[in-house]
Amino acid sequence: MNKPLRRIAIFCGLLVLALLLRTNWLQYVEADELNSHERNRRVLIERYATERGNIVVDGKPITGSANTKDTDFAFKRTYLDGPMWAPVTGYASQAFGASQIENIEDGILTGNDDQLFFDRTMAMFTGDEAKGGNVVTTLNGAAQKAAFEGLGKKKGAVVALEPGTGKILALASTPSYDPSSFAGYGATDEKSWNKLGKDTDKPMLNRALRETYPPGSTFKVVTAAAALEHGVVDDIDAKTDSPLPWTMPGTTTKLVNEGNIPCKDATLREALRVSCNTVFGKLGYNVGKDKMLETAKKFGFNEEQFVPVRANASIFPEELNDSQTALSSIGQFDTRTTPLQMAMVASAVANDGKLMKPYMIDQLEAPNLDVIKKTESEEMGQPLSQEHAQMLQEMMETVVNEGTGRNAQIPNVTVGGKTGTAQHGENNSKNPYAWFISYAKGENGSPVAVAVVVEDSDATRDDISGGGLAAPIAKDVMKAVIDSKK
Amino acid sequence: MSVVTNTTTIGAIEAPSRRNTELAMLGFAVAIPLFAYLNVGLALDGKVPGGMIGYGLGIGLLAGVGHLVVRKFAPYADPLLLPLATLLNGLGLVLIWRLDQSPRLIARATNLYGGFSPDAPKQLMYSAIGIALFVAVLLLLKDHRILQRYTYISMAVALVLLILPMFFPARNGAKIWISLGPINVQPGEFAKIIIAIFFSGYLMVKRDALALASRRVMGIYLPRGRDLGPILMVWAMSILILVFETDLGTSLLFFGLFVIMLYVATERTSWIIFGLVMSAGGAVGVATFEPHVQQRVEFWLNPFAQATWDQSEQVGQALMSFGAGGTLGTGLGQGNSDLIGFAANSDFILSTVGEEFGLAGTMAFLLIYGLIVERGVRTALAARDPFGKLLAIGLSGAFAIQVFVVAGGVMGLIPLTGMTMPFVAAGGSSVIANWALIGILIRISDTARRPAPAPAPSPDAEMTQVVRP
Repeated sequence: MNKPLRRIAIFCGLLVLALLLRTNWLQYVEADELNSHERNRRVLIERYATERGNIVVDGKPITGSANTKDTDFAFKRTYLDGPMWAPVTGYASQAFGASQIENIEDGILTGNDDQLFFDRTMAMFTGDEAKGGNVVTTLNGAAQKAAFEGLGKKKGAVVALEPGTGKILALASTPSYDPSSFAGYGATDEKSWNKLGKDTDKPMLNRALRETYPPGSTFKVVTAAAALEHGVVDDIDAKTDSPLPWTMPGTTTKLVNEGNIPCKDATLREALRVSCNTVFGKLGYNVGKDKMLETAKKFGFNEEQFVPVRANASIFPEELNDSQTALSSIGQFDTRTTPLQMAMVASAVANDGKLMKPYMIDQLEAPNLDVIKKTESEEMGQPLSQEHAQMLQEMMETVVNEGTGRNAQIPNVTVGGKTGTAQHGENNSKNPYAWFISYAKGENGSPVAVAVVVEDSDATRDDISGGGLAAPIAKDVMKAVIDSKK
Repeated sequence: MSVVTNTTTIGAIEAPSRRNTELAMLGFAVAIPLFAYLNVGLALDGKVPGGMIGYGLGIGLLAGVGHLVVRKFAPYADPLLLPLATLLNGLGLVLIWRLDQSPRLIARATNLYGGFSPDAPKQLMYSAIGIALFVAVLLLLKDHRILQRYTYISMAVALVLLILPMFFPARNGAKIWISLGPINVQPGEFAKIIIAIFFSGYLMVKRDALALASRRVMGIYLPRGRDLGPILMVWAMSILILVFETDLGTSLLFFGLFVIMLYVATERTSWIIFGLVMSAGGAVGVATFEPHVQQRVEFWLNPFAQATWDQSEQVGQALMSFGAGGTLGTGLGQGNSDLIGFAANSDFILSTVGEEFGLAGTMAFLLIYGLIVERGVRTALAARDPFGKLLAIGLSGAFAIQVFVVAGGVMGLIPLTGMTMPFVAAGGSSVIANWALIGILIRISDTARRPAPAPAPSPDAEMTQVVRP
């Protein structure tokens, strides 16, 4: 009977072998996949097992951790000025996951990131309490406050950048939400979450990064840049060949201006000052769709930005006929942009044509405050030459000094800007969006560039509304940045 | 490995008994769980657990008693079986004790039943009863061949044991329990031993008839009906268990046992085919109309699907436990295998091994089981009588299949069937029955390795030594 016995022995060996292979498969090959599985509660347990690291603004944390008596989640996230900072921090909820910085830098905040391996190992030996690292942002508390309070009850967004570095100084979006209200997993948290989800005002939408608006007249800055870069205009004070009204090529539609403004054959400077649709429409058509697209892309259009939170791609349409090119060049038709994108446009102009990559995380710190990773400023490109940038600056400063952007004037500070009122909806029936992009300039270059959009502009439908609604907010933000530097 | 030199002048040389090897191994088998126990205590509370001395004495005492009885009553027994079983039992106790400390499980039990009672003390008691049964087997069973006498009684007892649970209410979806007041017995665990005894006795007598007196049809030998009767009966019983008790694991175990023992007894490959066809036929037949079985297959194929998750997240949770363990594990007491819920310390205890000991520990565990099976098969090879061979291979085969079915189910290799890891999982019947199983294997190995009695003096040899004047 020994022969079959030996075979049974082999069979039993194969059974054990199958189990050994399977456990290798599960615990080695598939381990990562299982560990990051959406149903794996360990991810959440881990996220709240230790005191979560903080998100820091101006050296002070804007987040915190509260000790709970829960069997699964020892700590719960708390927020300081939650609604104001929500577009920056995102949320970390025991029941509903995490978003934005809370999600992207989860490894650092929980302290489980591989970059913290050394610290974790040391903590194991010294017996220190395990704790997460910190995320230090580039934001400026005063600027954020000015932006958030400036928007107030209105719907809208503000993005402020430091043109020389690309640092994001303010990132506000209203209406906002308080991430503390659903940080746990209880019944009240669920109620708040559901209420936020059902709110038609979409408070959880990050309007600064994720919403695209027609930019309206603020886009004329891009068109002007394209015209200068591609040699269509050489002298900003020379008369242009601009009939009034101008019939768009290939159509019988006449392009008109808002109100009765001096646009016939206006100079580029004058056209930007009073915001002539006719001049810039024709200018865009003269530059041509390909060259318009080229310049728009250089400013960052048609591409998602990661700051490192993802911002939607702004759009300058790729397929256009002549009249559509003209309309797109004055920020209508299918041109859409995020507030971040328009802030990038303003900052590139302010920074003498050099566009810096925007970012909002300055550095990551280990629990013991050692710097693990510091974000270096990075040049994204040069959408326009220094010479042309300075020409644009002159023009934009004229807009603020004696044009539609007077509301943004700051005493003893050079300010350049551009207003915009973007019509939208069927037959432009809805209330237009009020835009304002601007920058401030001092002796050592420009400390801040801002883009403001206010959605529910119920002011009169003329170009002044951008200046009336959005410009004061931009002014406050710029002033806050300048004051905080003193 | 007979070392006996059978020369007339020198006489029998005894095979080394290896009892001291066993004692040394037992030392490890007690020390390792003790360290594990200390480890859990330090990980959970940061201090040496209070029961350290009591636990150490308890498990040491049990191992000591086992060793002394083997030394006295089965001196030539295999030296590895007892330490391996002790090691598993000890580690199992630590794992159960570790899960007893889980705030999550305590909160769950308090919510559902209004109170929580730890399982580790019960398991320690069951282990003691198991060792007692182990001792009883060695004391009462002087020779395993005595069991031959009970071939048909075994069959009757096995039938009763397997059918009884049908009349008791189902627990957690399967009717595999006999409940008498506070005592709950899972008769399937005992039935596997008794069925092995029946098969050994029956096949030993009938093996020639089954192997030779058969007609050849299309290259396959078909047995005669009258030899097949009792076998068909066991086969039918396995199917009945599947149908009425929805106990996938036990029926799979019996099908496997049935095929292995038929093959070893008849030494004919055609019997494997015959057995496999009968098993597969029964299983497929039942699976087509039994929703419970279909559900298990569905859970296995799509452990993370919403429909599965709504009904039972156990399998998915177990898989994630293994994943969480990774290569080296989270360390004892530091995993979250208690997310599996109520079966974390019984059916799914291997997940805790996977999560807290990691890949390395799981492989070690599986190899310990593999070693027990291997020692059992060696015993079968060494046994001198066909009954002993059959019984040893039957018991080790059943053990191997049970380990495969449970571990495979927990790891998602095959559908989950609801049996328990021998020695490790919480549950009285399993621990007690498996100690009895080890007892029988030790008895067979003792008989197999016992040196042959010294030959009778040869008159011729004596003659040559007598120098007559």
